Amino acid sequence: MNSNNNILVKLNNAGFRQSEKWLVEGVSLTIEKGKIVTLIGPNGSGKSTTAKIALGIYKNIEGSVEKYTTKVGYVPQKISIDWTLPIRVYDFMLLTETIEDSAIDEALSLTGVIHLKNKNLGSLSGGEFQRVLIARAISKKPELLVLDEPVQGVDYTGEIALYELIKKISDTLNCGILLISHDLHMVMTATDHVICLNGHVCCSGSPLDVAKNNEYKALFGEKASQILTTYEHKHDHVHSDKGEIKKN
Amino acid sequence: MFDDFFIRALFAGIGIAFVTGPLGCFVVWRRLSYFGDTLAHSALLGVTMAYTLDLNIAISVFLISSIIALLLIQLQKRTNLPGDALLGLLAHSSLAVGLVVVGFLTFIRFDIMGLLFGDILAVTTDDLFVIWTGGALILIVLKLIWKPLLASTVNYELAEAEGLNPDRAKAIFTILMAAVIAISIKMVGLLLITGMLIIPAAMARNISDSPQKMVLFSIIGGLLSVILGLYSSLEFNTSSGPSIIAAALILFILSLFKIKQSIKLKN
Repeated sequence: MNSNNNILVKLNNAGFRQSEKWLVEGVSLTIEKGKIVTLIGPNGSGKSTTAKIALGIYKNIEGSVEKYTTKVGYVPQKISIDWTLPIRVYDFMLLTETIEDSAIDEALSLTGVIHLKNKNLGSLSGGEFQRVLIARAISKKPELLVLDEPVQGVDYTGEIALYELIKKISDTLNCGILLISHDLHMVMTATDHVICLNGHVCCSGSPLDVAKNNEYKALFGEKASQILTTYEHKHDHVHSDKGEIKKN
Repeated sequence: MFDDFFIRALFAGIGIAFVTGPLGCFVVWRRLSYFGDTLAHSALLGVTMAYTLDLNIAISVFLISSIIALLLIQLQKRTNLPGDALLGLLAHSSLAVGLVVVGFLTFIRFDIMGLLFGDILAVTTDDLFVIWTGGALILIVLKLIWKPLLASTVNYELAEAEGLNPDRAKAIFTILMAAVIAISIKMVGLLLITGMLIIPAAMARNISDSPQKMVLFSIIGGLLSVILGLYSSLEFNTSSGPSIIAAALILFILSLFKIKQSIKLKN
């Protein structure tokens, strides 16, 4: 299972310091093909920083990053686009890689925003823009997908559908996913490995292990722990992006 | 009907418009207009160097502008001054030093007005060669770095994360800026080059909904400005630079009436 060719990114005791303040330190993690690794933790605990270390955006880091893929899709947490640049959803899809029109249409359909293809990026709502960001990241069929709170601003039913899509993508593309999420339900149902951060790795393991961990309870409270441990039931239906329920 | 010099000027202007169109779009997108100004001001030093050392003006201006750009990057790293203060420092001091040096060069008759505002009479066949080969090179390089440059203009971290090397694209773009100023200084003059970069691009922004269209309209706007400007320069006996820029301004004003509702800035 743990054969080396499956490894996409490996962080060894990695940390990043900005003007004498550690944003995060001592993080070791491995992302493998077909696996979802989720980072959880309070605000300012270094989740996004860890993702940026893994992506190679931060260069002067402590420890080391080994990266075995160049096919990367990234959904950043914050993205500010300057509207002096006229750009349509279609142009945005082609931003970092030239992909075929059919792949663009497919990805936009999967995230439910195909009707916005020729709209100007500046005219989208927050949730619509988030769906476009996800579509862009998956359309290039990456080996490594880094999703930093990908469903922020998306309506509730859409959120569930998008998380199910993310799970499906990790299966069909066999890509490794580094996910940052506040949604503990999602963490429970789809994640293979959870890392709980608070400036350092406070605990990690399977979702159930983490839920039982005392440090996790201290950080998120007893209630959050119950969410995870009681969430062990199977879904008998899925939600489409329009919110309709489909029986499995 | 045309004197020979006018045909030369026309072809020089057309060559320049092809290059300033796409580069000007990036200047507008990346908010580099004051940076362009700084490089242009430093061009005077380049011109004086060309006269004293008997170099080609375009090459000499290119070298000095590139050095100023590198200096700026170093100063940004080593001082705590804001970017615009550093740009002002370099722009005005290099202009001042350039003018002082001109004062010492009493053995050469200098056409200061021509340098500042452009002089169509000054365009030689050699200049045409420099503009068209230099311009073609600039466009080829810009085409090569188009994707990383555009991606990092939209979002730096996205470009970096997905392996496009935005820092390299930015460095190359800086050199292209120095190059476009070098080839257009004789025609437009160093005080007005930034106008040639910005105004057609700004005009194009008003009527475009995609990056490619904006580049295309920016080129067309630049070409029209050159043609209109040069004809009126001949007609009214005005400097070529101001005439071209004034024509670009008229196109910009016309474009204001064409802003489509759907592509208006969202606020």
